[in-house]
Amino acid sequence: MTDTPRPYTLIAELTYRCPLRCVYCSNPLDYARHDAELDTATWQRVFREAEELGVVQLNLTGGEPLVRDDLEALITVARELDLYTNLITSGIPLRRERLERLRALGLDNVQISIQDVRAPQSDRIAGHPAFERKLEVAGWVKALGLPLTLNVVLHRDNLDHVPEVIALAERLGADRLELANTQYLGWALLNRAALLPTREQLEGARAVAAEARQRLRGRMEVLFVVPDYFRDVPPACMDGWGRRFLLVSPDGLALPCHAAHTLSGLTFDNVKDRPLAEIWEQGEGFNAFRGEAWMPEPCRSCDRRTVDFGGCRCQAFQLTGRAAATDPVCGLSPDHALIDTARAAAAAAAGETTFHYRMAKTTFAP
Amino acid sequence: MISATTRPRLATKARLRFDRKSTRYMLLYPEKGLVLNPTSADILKLCTGEHTVAAIVQQLADKYGKDAPEVEQEVVGFLRAMADRGLVQDAP
Repeated sequence: MTDTPRPYTLIAELTYRCPLRCVYCSNPLDYARHDAELDTATWQRVFREAEELGVVQLNLTGGEPLVRDDLEALITVARELDLYTNLITSGIPLRRERLERLRALGLDNVQISIQDVRAPQSDRIAGHPAFERKLEVAGWVKALGLPLTLNVVLHRDNLDHVPEVIALAERLGADRLELANTQYLGWALLNRAALLPTREQLEGARAVAAEARQRLRGRMEVLFVVPDYFRDVPPACMDGWGRRFLLVSPDGLALPCHAAHTLSGLTFDNVKDRPLAEIWEQGEGFNAFRGEAWMPEPCRSCDRRTVDFGGCRCQAFQLTGRAAATDPVCGLSPDHALIDTARAAAAAAAGETTFHYRMAKTTFAP
Repeated sequence: MISATTRPRLATKARLRFDRKSTRYMLLYPEKGLVLNPTSADILKLCTGEHTVAAIVQQLADKYGKDAPEVEQEVVGFLRAMADRGLVQDAP
């Protein structure tokens, strides 16, 4: 196929293992059901095949990628291939000597997540005493001269702390601050009633972030990602299905996004069985939502179909049970009432909330 | 602020990479990348912290057979825009 798009970024989910139990984890609910992790040689082959396809950016993520003891061997090959290599980590299992080693191998960027600006709140979300350690690791990143991205997932309990988050990022010398609102899929959907903010909270935080973006221009990049639930139209999820991003799960499934394998009725290939180029170009799952032929109304005749590509397939599936439905966050979706109802329920909810922490289960009945 | 006497260098987070597919240079940084036209790539390749903007301008003027003042306007404008995006810094 000559019109197959080119992937620019490989998201390598090296493992689903993680010391944290964050209530909005992007790993699938049934992560424990997945098979054994790919070995070193297979990941190295995947990197080579991805680079051949056009990939220039590599995100090493998980789970917690640092629990793999072959990270050094993986980064070595990534840099031989001249891939821009970004380590996305909780920071928890890291020792300073290992970070020095990774830097010497050519690691390009380190992204550390914090859950809030104070230990009790941060650790409550992570389900693990992690906050102080994360700050220490962020300090090492800067001390060793590596660029630091600080990532904070936002929700009802921490949106009002965004001014302090920005101050903390400045104090740590972060090069990039991602203020990424929770998107309500998987674990976050399970915890939606406890996480979904009010519009007032969101607008307040957005204004603070916009001010910081101006003030810190040229020094720190400040991103603010609005939750889909508070948009009138969906964003282009993953820049469109199978257009720019290629994700490989710990057990080798090649996917268009973190949650694509939760869509029932689709087949995704494993990198152990088929060359990556063949999967990207011809795989059934990758082609399922490329182009416009799959689109229902109102997407099919909508001017935005080439902008948002119909929104998020996983969101459509998880909310309506139909993967090809118009993303319910769109005001034109016949299922949009689901979003209004969820927002109203969140606005009415107050006080103590109970979280479902990420845990290993092979079946799931919320 | 970028001026004729400053010695710009790429930000720590930014890296140049030649792209076989587009036969262009790319400037890569976390989660993003810019595909560069040949002139932009020539400028950024010289952003090592060793060369002043004036020296970069002279090299480009020689290479493209243009007058330095004309090139200077273009180079300074480009570098200021890149500095604004946090991709180029003045060397310390």
